[in-house]
Amino acid sequence: MSFGSGLAKGLAVTFRAMTRRAVTQQYPENLPSLPPRTRGVIGLFEENCTVCMLCARECPDWCIYIDSHKETVPPAAPGGRERSRNVLDRFAIDFSLCMYCGICVEVCPFDALFWSPEFEYAETDIRELTHEREKLREWMWTVPEPPPLDAASVEAKELTAARRAAERTAAQESAPPVAPPGDGAADDAGEPR
Amino acid sequence: MDLLDVTLRVVAVLAAFLVLPLLVGQAEHKVMAHMQGRVGPMHAGGFHGWAQLVADGVKFAQKEDTVPTGADRRIFQLAPAVALVPYCVVLVAIPLGPGGLVGQVVDAGVFFVLAVLGIGILGQLMGGWASNNKYSMLGGMRTAAQLMAYELPLILAAASVVMAAGTLSLTGILDGFQWWWVPWQLVGAFVFFTAGIAELHRPPFDAPIAPEEIVFGAFTEYSGLRFALFLLAEYAGIVVISALTAVLFFGGWHGPLPDQLGWLWMLLKTAALCFLVIWARVAWPRLRADQIQKFAWTVLVPLALAQIALTGVVKVVIS
Repeated sequence: MSFGSGLAKGLAVTFRAMTRRAVTQQYPENLPSLPPRTRGVIGLFEENCTVCMLCARECPDWCIYIDSHKETVPPAAPGGRERSRNVLDRFAIDFSLCMYCGICVEVCPFDALFWSPEFEYAETDIRELTHEREKLREWMWTVPEPPPLDAASVEAKELTAARRAAERTAAQESAPPVAPPGDGAADDAGEPR
Repeated sequence: MDLLDVTLRVVAVLAAFLVLPLLVGQAEHKVMAHMQGRVGPMHAGGFHGWAQLVADGVKFAQKEDTVPTGADRRIFQLAPAVALVPYCVVLVAIPLGPGGLVGQVVDAGVFFVLAVLGIGILGQLMGGWASNNKYSMLGGMRTAAQLMAYELPLILAAASVVMAAGTLSLTGILDGFQWWWVPWQLVGAFVFFTAGIAELHRPPFDAPIAPEEIVFGAFTEYSGLRFALFLLAEYAGIVVISALTAVLFFGGWHGPLPDQLGWLWMLLKTAALCFLVIWARVAWPRLRADQIQKFAWTVLVPLALAQIALTGVVKVVIS
C-alpha cells in the first residue's frame, strides 16, 4: 500500500456505489415478491386436519390451541360397524408466542399446515395476535404453489405410487385374457414391488 | 436608486444565504445515501424527498429550547447567532458574476472575508464554554485548537493568490484571472480547501464534534431551533468555503460561455466543490485530534509556504 492509496480507494468505492442502483426496496409502495415457503405466517387447510394434535404437542412454545369432539359416522355398508371421527372445533395459533420454527408444518402427517409468505398481520393489541381457524384458512389461499423439483431429483413418492397404480391397471386392461407365459413377466421386469 | 439597489442586493444575498445551504444539505442527504447504496429521504414533499429539510426545520422549530442549569445563559443563547451570521456577512462580498453581480464590492475583500470567517468559529467556542458541560468544553477546546492550526495555512494560501493578482479585492482577483493560474496555484487551492473544511469541522476533520466520543462537542446541550442554527451555519460554511475556493483558485465566473452566463459557472464550480466536501465525509474516517494538528503543521503549512515561494518566483520571472 503506497501512501494515500487508501484515501483514493475510499473515494473510488463510494463513487462506484453512487453510480450503481440502490438496493433499497420501497416497501409500502412496492411489495416484495417472496419465494414459496417463506416463513411469513402459517395457513391451515382444515379439510386435511384429523385433529391428531401432533402440531400442538411438538410446538416448542405451545402456541397452538386445538379443541375437538368425536362424532359417530353411520356404517358405510349395511350391517357394518359405526365409525367415530374427530371433528375440529377450534384451531388457533398465538403469533405473539410463535417463533416461526416451522416444526408444526414439518410434523403434520396430513399436509394441513402450510407456510404463507403473508407478513402484514400486525395488531395493536397483543391478544389480537391469536388467530382463529377462519383467519388461518384465509391465509391458506395465499400459499403459493411449491416450486418445481430439480430436473435430476427423485420423483415425489406420491407420484411414483400413483404412476405405478395407473400402469398396473393399464397393463391389466390391455393384456389379453390368455397371455402367453413370459410376456407379462417382461412387462414387470425391473419394477420391484 | 441607492435605497432600491441596496435593498435588492441585501434581499438577494439573504435569499442565497437561506436557499444554498438547504440545497447543499439536501444534496448531502441524497449523495451520501446513494454512496452508501441507499436512496435517502423519499417521502417528504412527494418527489424524492425534496422537502426533507423543510420538514426538519418545522420539527426543530417545534422542539423545546432548553438552557441547562448552571449554563451561562446569555452567552449560551447568543452563540448560535454568532456562529451563523458571519457566513451571511461573508456572502455579501463574494462575487457571483462579472459587471457588479456582487452584494458589495469590498476593496480589501480577501482580508474582510477571512477576518469575518474567523468569527463564526467563535460561536462554537462560546457555546462550548457556556454550556457548563465537560463534553461541550472539550469540543470547544478542540475547536479552538483547530482554528489556531488551520487559520494559518488558510491565510497563507489566500495570500498566495493575492500576490499573484496583486490585489486584495475579490472582484479584482477575478478580473486579473488567467487560466494558467489554476495549475500555478493548485497546491494553494488544495491547502485552502482542506483548511476550510477543517475550519468547518467537516469530516474527516470533525474531532471537535465527534458524536461517538464527545457527543457533538459544543452542541451537546443545544436543542430545537438553536441547534438547527448551528447546523445551518455548518452548511452555510460549506457554501462559503466552496464559493471562496472557486473565486480565489478556479476563476469564479470565468468559463467558455459568454460573460452573461458567468453566474452559472460560479454556481457550477461551487456545487462541484460542495460535492467534494460531501464526498470526503462519506469516503474517509475521522482523524484523531492530534492527527489533525499534525496534518496542519507538518503538511499544510509547509505546502502553503512552498506555494507562496513558487508564486513569488513566477511573479518575479514574468514581470
